[in-house]
Amino acid sequence: MSEQTLAPTLNLEERFGAWVTPDTRKGYEGYLVDAAHLVEFATALRDEFGYDYLASLTGVDYLPEGKMEVVYHVSQSTGGGPLVFKVQVPRADPVRVPSLVSVYPGAEFQEREAWDLLGIRFEGHPDLRRILMWEGFHGHPLRKDWKEAYYEADVKPFKSRWPAGKAQRVEETLPFGKNVLYPEGFDPEQWTPTEETALYAGLKHIPTEDDLQTEQIVVNLGPQHPSTHGVFRMAVTLDGETIVDLKPVMGYLHRNHEKIGERNTYLMNIPFTDRLDYLSSLSNNFGYVLAVEKLMGVKPPERAEYIRVIMAELTRIVNHLFSIGMFLNDLGAFFTPALYAIEERELILDVFEAVTGSRMMCNYMRFGGVARDFPPGTLERIRDLVFNRLPAKIDELDTYLTNNEIVRSRCEGVGVLTPEQAIAFSTCGPVLRASGVPYDLRRADPYSIYERFEFDVAVGYHGDVYDRYLVRLEEIRQSIRIIQQAVQDIPAGPIFEGKQQYQVRVPAGEAYGRVEGPKGELGFYVVSNGKPNPWRYHVRAPSFINLTALAEMCKGGKVADAVVILGSIDIVLGETDR
Amino acid sequence: MYGLGIAKGLLVTLKRFIETYADDIRRGKSRYTKEGIAYRSSPETRGLFTVQYPEEKLITPEEFRFIPFLLYEEKDGKREVRCTSCGICAKVCPPQCIWIERTTDPKTRRPVPDPKNFYIDVDICMNCGLCAEYCPFDAIKMDHDYELAVYDRHAHNIYDKEKLLKPVSYYAEIRPLNYEREEKARAEAEAAKAARAAARAAKKK
Repeated sequence: MSEQTLAPTLNLEERFGAWVTPDTRKGYEGYLVDAAHLVEFATALRDEFGYDYLASLTGVDYLPEGKMEVVYHVSQSTGGGPLVFKVQVPRADPVRVPSLVSVYPGAEFQEREAWDLLGIRFEGHPDLRRILMWEGFHGHPLRKDWKEAYYEADVKPFKSRWPAGKAQRVEETLPFGKNVLYPEGFDPEQWTPTEETALYAGLKHIPTEDDLQTEQIVVNLGPQHPSTHGVFRMAVTLDGETIVDLKPVMGYLHRNHEKIGERNTYLMNIPFTDRLDYLSSLSNNFGYVLAVEKLMGVKPPERAEYIRVIMAELTRIVNHLFSIGMFLNDLGAFFTPALYAIEERELILDVFEAVTGSRMMCNYMRFGGVARDFPPGTLERIRDLVFNRLPAKIDELDTYLTNNEIVRSRCEGVGVLTPEQAIAFSTCGPVLRASGVPYDLRRADPYSIYERFEFDVAVGYHGDVYDRYLVRLEEIRQSIRIIQQAVQDIPAGPIFEGKQQYQVRVPAGEAYGRVEGPKGELGFYVVSNGKPNPWRYHVRAPSFINLTALAEMCKGGKVADAVVILGSIDIVLGETDR
Repeated sequence: MYGLGIAKGLLVTLKRFIETYADDIRRGKSRYTKEGIAYRSSPETRGLFTVQYPEEKLITPEEFRFIPFLLYEEKDGKREVRCTSCGICAKVCPPQCIWIERTTDPKTRRPVPDPKNFYIDVDICMNCGLCAEYCPFDAIKMDHDYELAVYDRHAHNIYDKEKLLKPVSYYAEIRPLNYEREEKARAEAEAAKAARAAARAAKKK
């Protein structure tokens, strides 16, 4: 049975011409595709081989070889590992690569990001503007020859700290007014922004009907808006109260996490990943260490695997409680449900604090294990939580609001995404599953020890906001189920393989580690060249990519619906903007 | 019937509301003791969770980490700093907020394993705890003191060696389990070293 459901064995070179070659570099996998045939290749991959889900798209700047590479990870929405293919083009300014938006609409934001940060121009992209940086920004910061204004050295550790040892306040190294780079001849005082015009021009207009004179209104929701859960903006064209088109504007919280990551050593990146999706730091740790462990070829001992699963699932509960609470807040159930949910979250955060030392910025996982074992009493406490307290409290939350008539009438049939759209837009996590696609990486491409546990993948079939809420509620229950099994089976033993080292040896190569984070597929693409710092470090951020489908979900809805739909995607700006 | 869902939901709120008072009456004054605070953050808790900071404070677990400090041992009234200025903490620090000035011997001009000065810019420190985790001499540890507000950060927020140094007894107090484990490991290592030395001496004979 399973033999037949699997896709036909890949024989890509035979199917395609000489323009598809296996990537033979040491430590690399996948295929190299000729840029001229990229669209043809991707279409065939999607239609003939079932790789209908574009998981991740990013670029790598191979400066020494004078090449720029675009890396695509595609998956089958029925499950299985990802397939990697790459396009190599000479490094120029700008680099030109055909756009894949026509094949995978989910590429839209990811291609914009690659253009913004790496200067890869995707030919045929419908709306190729910068996405995280502002229009007047000087250069493409992820290029290896781009240096920031306060550049000190290529990589950490900096020599000035040790052994030279000179104390200097951060304000002295970063004097105000001198910490920004402008293009030549650029005067910020004289500059008039043009990107707003481009943004509004990109919005769809109302078709003028006969002789009726209608005026189009553009409304900006955000960046400072209580519904945006941070600094996020939606530019909306309205026909009366109905949304005609919507474009998200982001990047207000951008700090170029990836550039920081490429300058850090591998170990230093772990606390930085905490700050991506700051509500679920342990999942971020998990994804990153999986990617680097893949490169290093190490595996954590049994007990560490169990600890990781317990912590990751607790994180999922924390995240979903928070997202449900805040989502109901968006609906107008002002703060009571949010605080009920946060109470339970608080109890779990206490566990995090006792184990990792911090409530939110956990910095707990290491390459080949975890930082420290559970302190005495913690396992009993987790047991107490998952067997006694949480199930009853989740039920209480369920009776509290699930059948509330106002909640239902605000949510049912709002922001519908069909399964085909959900896959095409590369949505992930609860958004994808609420659209009737049972794609959960813990089952679809199991990592760690998830195949040992009994749990169901939560699915909804209406694809609306209400189903996303229900899916999250069900996922909390399933996570409790997983933890219940894990705390029963957790073995004694070491929590770390070998000796802890601060300078890990990572062989050259590439790895894509992914976990089913609370918000969806959280992937880390790491390229190593054998040095102590990663050559490329890319985060496939679920809340960023889920936003690709936002416009589609909002069209035809009301302004108040847009707020709810955004809440139902559950974005965290720390991760979206990176 | 329309409205039943809302009514059911409101019953939950009412139950919570009553529970808050019931819990307060049932536990009386004991709610406001240290045990009471522990109860309020335990899975058994009913009613209100909140703690009236700063009059009441949550109990910090042993692993809680906030801003590193340096350890010194007191021997015959003299302070013996554990740090050898090896620089691992400065190398491993993700935001690079640690600076070490090494002492050099004035005659031989070689470094002496005792830092001349040690700085941490606590404005940048991200409290990750990697310095404490990778210090081979147990010389730098994470503190429990989280009340660090100052009026002028320019004057106060670069901690120097004087400000960072705290006695080992303080460490033993805030992290008793860790301290015990480390002391045990140290004693074992010393015993092994002594045994090796004894074996070597026996061989020579």
